[in-house]
Amino acid sequence: MSFTRRIMLRATGAALGGALALASSGAFAQGAGTIKVGILHSLSGTMAISETTLKDVMLMLIEEQNKKGGLLGKKLEAVVVDPASNWPLFAEKARELISKEKVAATFGCWTSVSRKSVLPVFEELNSILFYPVQYEGEESSKNIFYTGAAPNQQAIPAVDYLMESEKVQRWVLAGTDYVYPRTTNKILEAYLKSKGVKQEDIMINYTPFGHTDWQTIVADIKKFGSAGKKTAVVSTINGDANVPFYKELGNAGVKATDIPVVAFSVGEEELAGIDTKPLIGHLAAWNYFQSIDNPTNKEFIAKWQAFTKNPKRVTNDPMEAHVIGFNMWVKAVEKAGSTDPEAVIDAMIGVAVPNLTGGLSTMMPNHHITKPVLIGEVQGDGQFNTVWQTSGLVVGDEWSDFLEGSKDLISDWRKPLSCGNFNVKTGKCGGASK
Amino acid sequence: MTRSATGCSAAGAGALPLQSGKSRTRMVETLSLLLGACLILAAVLLVAPQARAQSTSDVLVAFTTDKFPDTERALNEIATSGLPTAPQIVEALTNNRLWFNGPARKLYFTNEAGAVFDAATGAPAPDVLTSGLKHVRLNNAVRRSLDAARGALTLMSSDPARRLAAAESVFKSRDASALPLVEAALARETIEANRKSLEEARAAIVASDSGAPEARRLESVEILKNRGDQDAVGILSTIANWSEGRVKAAAESASGTIQARLALWRNVQNIWYGLSLGSVLLLAAIGLAITFGVMGIINMAHGEMVMLGAYTTFMVQEWARNAHPGLVNYSLFIAIPLAFLLTAAVGILIERLVIRFLYGRPLETLLATFGISLILQQAVRTIFGANNREVSAPPFMSGSFDFGSLSIGWGRMWIIVFAIAVFFALQFVLRATSFGLRMRAVTQNRRMASSMGIDTNRIDAMAFGLGSGIAGMAGVALSQIDNVSPNLGQSYIIDSFMVVVFGGVGNLWGTLVGALTLGIANKFLEPIAGAVLGKILLLVFIILFIQKRPRGLFALKGRAVEA
Repeated sequence: MSFTRRIMLRATGAALGGALALASSGAFAQGAGTIKVGILHSLSGTMAISETTLKDVMLMLIEEQNKKGGLLGKKLEAVVVDPASNWPLFAEKARELISKEKVAATFGCWTSVSRKSVLPVFEELNSILFYPVQYEGEESSKNIFYTGAAPNQQAIPAVDYLMESEKVQRWVLAGTDYVYPRTTNKILEAYLKSKGVKQEDIMINYTPFGHTDWQTIVADIKKFGSAGKKTAVVSTINGDANVPFYKELGNAGVKATDIPVVAFSVGEEELAGIDTKPLIGHLAAWNYFQSIDNPTNKEFIAKWQAFTKNPKRVTNDPMEAHVIGFNMWVKAVEKAGSTDPEAVIDAMIGVAVPNLTGGLSTMMPNHHITKPVLIGEVQGDGQFNTVWQTSGLVVGDEWSDFLEGSKDLISDWRKPLSCGNFNVKTGKCGGASK
Repeated sequence: MTRSATGCSAAGAGALPLQSGKSRTRMVETLSLLLGACLILAAVLLVAPQARAQSTSDVLVAFTTDKFPDTERALNEIATSGLPTAPQIVEALTNNRLWFNGPARKLYFTNEAGAVFDAATGAPAPDVLTSGLKHVRLNNAVRRSLDAARGALTLMSSDPARRLAAAESVFKSRDASALPLVEAALARETIEANRKSLEEARAAIVASDSGAPEARRLESVEILKNRGDQDAVGILSTIANWSEGRVKAAAESASGTIQARLALWRNVQNIWYGLSLGSVLLLAAIGLAITFGVMGIINMAHGEMVMLGAYTTFMVQEWARNAHPGLVNYSLFIAIPLAFLLTAAVGILIERLVIRFLYGRPLETLLATFGISLILQQAVRTIFGANNREVSAPPFMSGSFDFGSLSIGWGRMWIIVFAIAVFFALQFVLRATSFGLRMRAVTQNRRMASSMGIDTNRIDAMAFGLGSGIAGMAGVALSQIDNVSPNLGQSYIIDSFMVVVFGGVGNLWGTLVGALTLGIANKFLEPIAGAVLGKILLLVFIILFIQKRPRGLFALKGRAVEA
């Protein structure tokens, strides 16, 4: 009797556990006729602030695609996991998505370090990752599609704008102390010097993650800016540190008309936590702004606000990157007629879909996409006003032309070359060495 | 008007260098007479706008092209165009209330209530709807011209504060065409501070004008040197870059003098910034000084109490904004007691439900409270979302004032005051109330206190609540300078432990001195070593210090320590 009871208990336990597992992966009552899409964004921890939105936008896109009848006659099914802003956990969760959940493609990551941690997993298991955030470049993997901006699609045009239209001669490069700001600033420093800016007119400053006391640095910037030459700050300050930084700028009376700050990591979401009136005129460089006035974007914003049931919910650049990436993937799967990674990776190159700024973005052979570059000024309502944009679309350049060692490299994933770091000098695939 | 004014100054400037030094004074008189004449002319033109009707309509059309260079040109001309609606147009543009109808090339502005007016005549245009119009947009270049135009237009304002602001913006823009207006304003101005500001504005224009006579430029450089702030250094450096001979030398030496003085002030500034950082550390750590310092509980959820306090502030402000808009500016005062009560209640709950079972087991307490901190963070994230929440600063906490060459933010100053007030209030509670007495008794000798009839369980809960409540009040202050996000607390927990351990466990004065010392040391290290290395150096210093004095700055002595 006791024996059977134990078995009974075990069986119920197993059934319960199974049901829970099913419920948690959202796979209730789904048959084999679905295509699984992995969503690998932190829903807790420091990065949740940025990444939760991207999870929501993916859920919206998948829901919409299902309303249109799904893909290849099958329903799409989102598999959401939470890597909790923990970089090694990203790799574990990626493995879980690919091996256990058998997802057809994954959309995810925000920080470069999380991308670097999942990259070997995607290469080993030959799956597809769409990475939606602007990053430092210097990478091209067969299994990753970079839908965010490379440095030449954000940082360099921003500096050009400041040089030409604001006549800036002195530069503060301020960033958070990690790989993206350090690499971007290295590229920018080389670029500025190539434009004849002297070493003494460049000030580089790094701060730790989550830095909150900006008084000294803002005072330094003010001092650096009073040398009789027009000065600007190029900010790669990331995440939470931005709010106290901008608050301090406002308190110290650093106005955009005196020392403009152009930021690469501050979008509509980040501004939602700040009173922007003292910041009017400070700049941001992105490939999309919510304020872009065209029917496609208006429709997208309306859908997003309806989906989140919040009429004030803002949209931002990485969201647009996911929209582009998702639509590209849908098109490539349709073109390939299957979700087999090898076929889809080949089909992706050359796929073009409308972006939200009114143009057509295309996936290039280096797994980066074409985008317009926009410079916007912060408005009193937390939105950006586009003051400048490139006349056409810019192709993402994965290996910077301004860094020693990477300027000879190109990436082309079309057969027969199929190489992410082909050295045009040595004619060999395999990077800068030798 | 633009043309006539520049014509006048050119005539004056051209005449002067021909004169010898002796007759210079007379020449200056002549010049001012000349300028006076120009001003009268200007005044006549200002009241007779019809005379230039052709060009004013050109000016208005330039606003309607939606191109920044056109808007900029229009702004540069409008101040001196003599258009009667010019002040309203400039005001409307400043407040983003200037609209245009592109195809019709018509310009409109709206008032605060949203009523539409024709910008050319100033007459109401009730049949025009803003939905069919577009905003005249601004960029930084346009905004600079706008500041200059506003400055020029409000120099004659009847409000002394606005005149002062106008003089400051002319000083910044150094727009040569504003010179006659500055002179006219100077002739009328009676308030000393405004006169000084106007003179500085004039000096900035004259010193930057390479066509002006050398003597006047040197005189102006001297005025700028006496102003002696960072803005003056900026202008002087520009002048030094673009001038030659005596003016260059004078500008360089003046800017050198100011910079030497400012370098001295920078030490004062470092101390001030250090006090400010120290007060933030003190606020974050003082609650921990009770729970960890006095009670010996390693409370990793301390930062989350700070976070809850910040969210309370957000809630109070939201409530005030929706229910009682008049209270928004005072919401911080409402939030302080509420944050204290809420976090104290949460603290007592945690103590009763978890910590009291773990007394004397520090490792388990550490793990349990760390778990609680994660639970609280994720709970807040689920309720309020992962995004930052905006807590706006009331007027008395925004902006800054000048103390010597030091710019002091009101927000920072009030936070220092608040931190000190909280510190002394806590000292009072511990020293002068019966609860404080019992608490000290329990922490010094639990068994003895118990034998004397003190309910130690109750005191434990109350003390933990007190420490948590103070953390909540700190959260109200920190909401003013930091992100109100679920991660707010995490950034303070390490610093708080650092301060308490450095200051001496169990000693509130130690916490005060520790916080201020670390703050000031950090601010002197930061300019030399950078923010990242500065922090590392500080941690290394504390490690070494603890090696030498394991009980911190102010060690408790006596039998209590051994218990």
